Amino acid sequence: MGVGRSYCVALVGLNGYIVEVEADIGQTLPNFVILGLPDAALNEAKERIRSAAQNSGIPLSRRKITANLIPASLPKRGSGFDLAITMAVLRAADDIREIGGTVFIAELGLDGRLRPVRGILPAVMAAVQAGYPDVVVADANAKEASLVPGAKVRGYKTLARLAYDFGADPKDLALDYSPVDADVPADDAGHVPLMPDLCDVSGQGEARRALEVAAAGGHHMLLTGPPGAGKTMLAERLPGLLPDLADTAAMEVTAIHSLAAVQSAAVRLIRRPPFESPHHSATAAAIIGGGSGLPRPGAASRAHRGVLFLDEAPEYERRVLDALRQPLESGELVIHRSAGTAAYPARFQLVLAANPCPCGKASGKGMDCTCTAMMRRRYFGRISGPLLDRVDIQLQVERVSLADFGHAGQEEDTGTVAARVLAARERQLERLMEMGLETNSQVPGRTLRGELRLAPGTTRILDTALERGTLTARGYDRVLRLAWTLADLGHRDAPDIDHIGQALGLRQAATAT
Amino acid sequence: MRAKDLLGRNGEALAADFLENQGMRIVDRNWRCPDGEIDIVAIEGDILVVAEVKTRKSLDYGHPFEAVGAAKLARLHRLSLSWCREHDLAALRTRIDVVSVIDSGVGEPQLEHLRGVG
Repeated sequence: MGVGRSYCVALVGLNGYIVEVEADIGQTLPNFVILGLPDAALNEAKERIRSAAQNSGIPLSRRKITANLIPASLPKRGSGFDLAITMAVLRAADDIREIGGTVFIAELGLDGRLRPVRGILPAVMAAVQAGYPDVVVADANAKEASLVPGAKVRGYKTLARLAYDFGADPKDLALDYSPVDADVPADDAGHVPLMPDLCDVSGQGEARRALEVAAAGGHHMLLTGPPGAGKTMLAERLPGLLPDLADTAAMEVTAIHSLAAVQSAAVRLIRRPPFESPHHSATAAAIIGGGSGLPRPGAASRAHRGVLFLDEAPEYERRVLDALRQPLESGELVIHRSAGTAAYPARFQLVLAANPCPCGKASGKGMDCTCTAMMRRRYFGRISGPLLDRVDIQLQVERVSLADFGHAGQEEDTGTVAARVLAARERQLERLMEMGLETNSQVPGRTLRGELRLAPGTTRILDTALERGTLTARGYDRVLRLAWTLADLGHRDAPDIDHIGQALGLRQAATAT
Repeated sequence: MRAKDLLGRNGEALAADFLENQGMRIVDRNWRCPDGEIDIVAIEGDILVVAEVKTRKSLDYGHPFEAVGAAKLARLHRLSLSWCREHDLAALRTRIDVVSVIDSGVGEPQLEHLRGVG
């Protein structure tokens, strides 16, 4: 007997830290103590571990067991430490052979089965980065863990099997036991999630064009229009136009969703940009992340590298909307809670949709609208100026006309538009890569007016507008960004007067009223 | 006498022999007071040992040691003071030991001994 040692990973936000688990067996009355800032779920590990070991045929020592999680100052949460503690205790009792640098991440069932835990992808990433490539996880987590390059993953169904491979005496082990997990879905390798297609949208030529530009340049977007105009329909079709995620981006997105998921484990990398559409009653914590103890990712982080769609934007609480300004600027959310600080990436494309007024009828001639001018202004006032400042495309969507509605089935589909978007993205990357940027929406104003300066003749309408005060300096930059995206979509090397004109049209202030 | 009491009585006798073989001098057995009972009182060197004996037939209902909880320990401490008071031995250092006896009725009973459990 002596001290047993194994390794696990503690997650703080998306960052994982290697945790060393020490176990000691003392010669005194039976007890089980876990040291090192365990939370409630981790403290319950004692009971799970005792029962699991008993039912696997390797009962724990009937003495005082002390498990110490190092570093002691790092708060540790959840049930993922069960297996690492068990292995350290078994090692301390000399029931199994020396463990070495293997990392164990799994929860134990009372019957001795290994259960999957949340956030296995970021945890394994951290383990590999810290120089511990040997990882043992629950069988249901093995696929997700294997997504990490360089990880040597072993998946086990039961503690008995694992103990056997680590040299436990097979005489007493419950090796025949093979639990059937009821709710593990079959591998859905061939399954492609049903994406809404752009050809479902009748007419709306201008809006379709705006959507294409938004997708190509990564521009944030505001759609205003009466109920039933198709704002939600359009927004839902934006992710389909975005290109597949590259390796690093896919890893980031999968890691966030691995952490946010309640039950299901990922079986492959998420390659499609995610789409998050929270309800307008959502709290700041729901959108940017939060919860008691250590914060969990919110809708903004789940929309990382994808689309965050806020329908009925003026109905959101103002502070919820303004909380989005930080991630729009930095692409990251840093959340402070009692148990620590977590940073989650949140580089999403924002799409806002709004009715033109509280009654929703103030479009076109606005004859039926019953709202006063004051009500209308106050309604839009809820979307703050600083937030709108970051939205490049501001578009009015009108109700579809009968003429357009009849021509169903003749519209371009998502695939055609997505191909143009991809080509435009490649042109942008070629131009912007050396500046460390990817899309036109990220280009700072200084660069637009510096390295990427256009001929004076091209920007004449903008210069005039700026002089007359109808366009702000920030608005000027946004028109230039859009113009570049339009040029990329048109396979031109630089925007011309036409592109500038179109760009101006795409940001006609929807909030003029 | 009921079977469980007989088992306990046998266990205590075995434990007493065991402790004597360890070099302790048994000074009292089954000492009672209104607060409870001490199974064995022994002297080891200059220390007074108060031993609690737990006997089981099998491990089906847990290990005997697991039946000694915090409340039981606290009572043993109180009882050791009472015993010292009654025998005018207030200056003696005391220690609580626990002896477990597993007697399945087949073969030799197994004894385990924990010293100074707190």
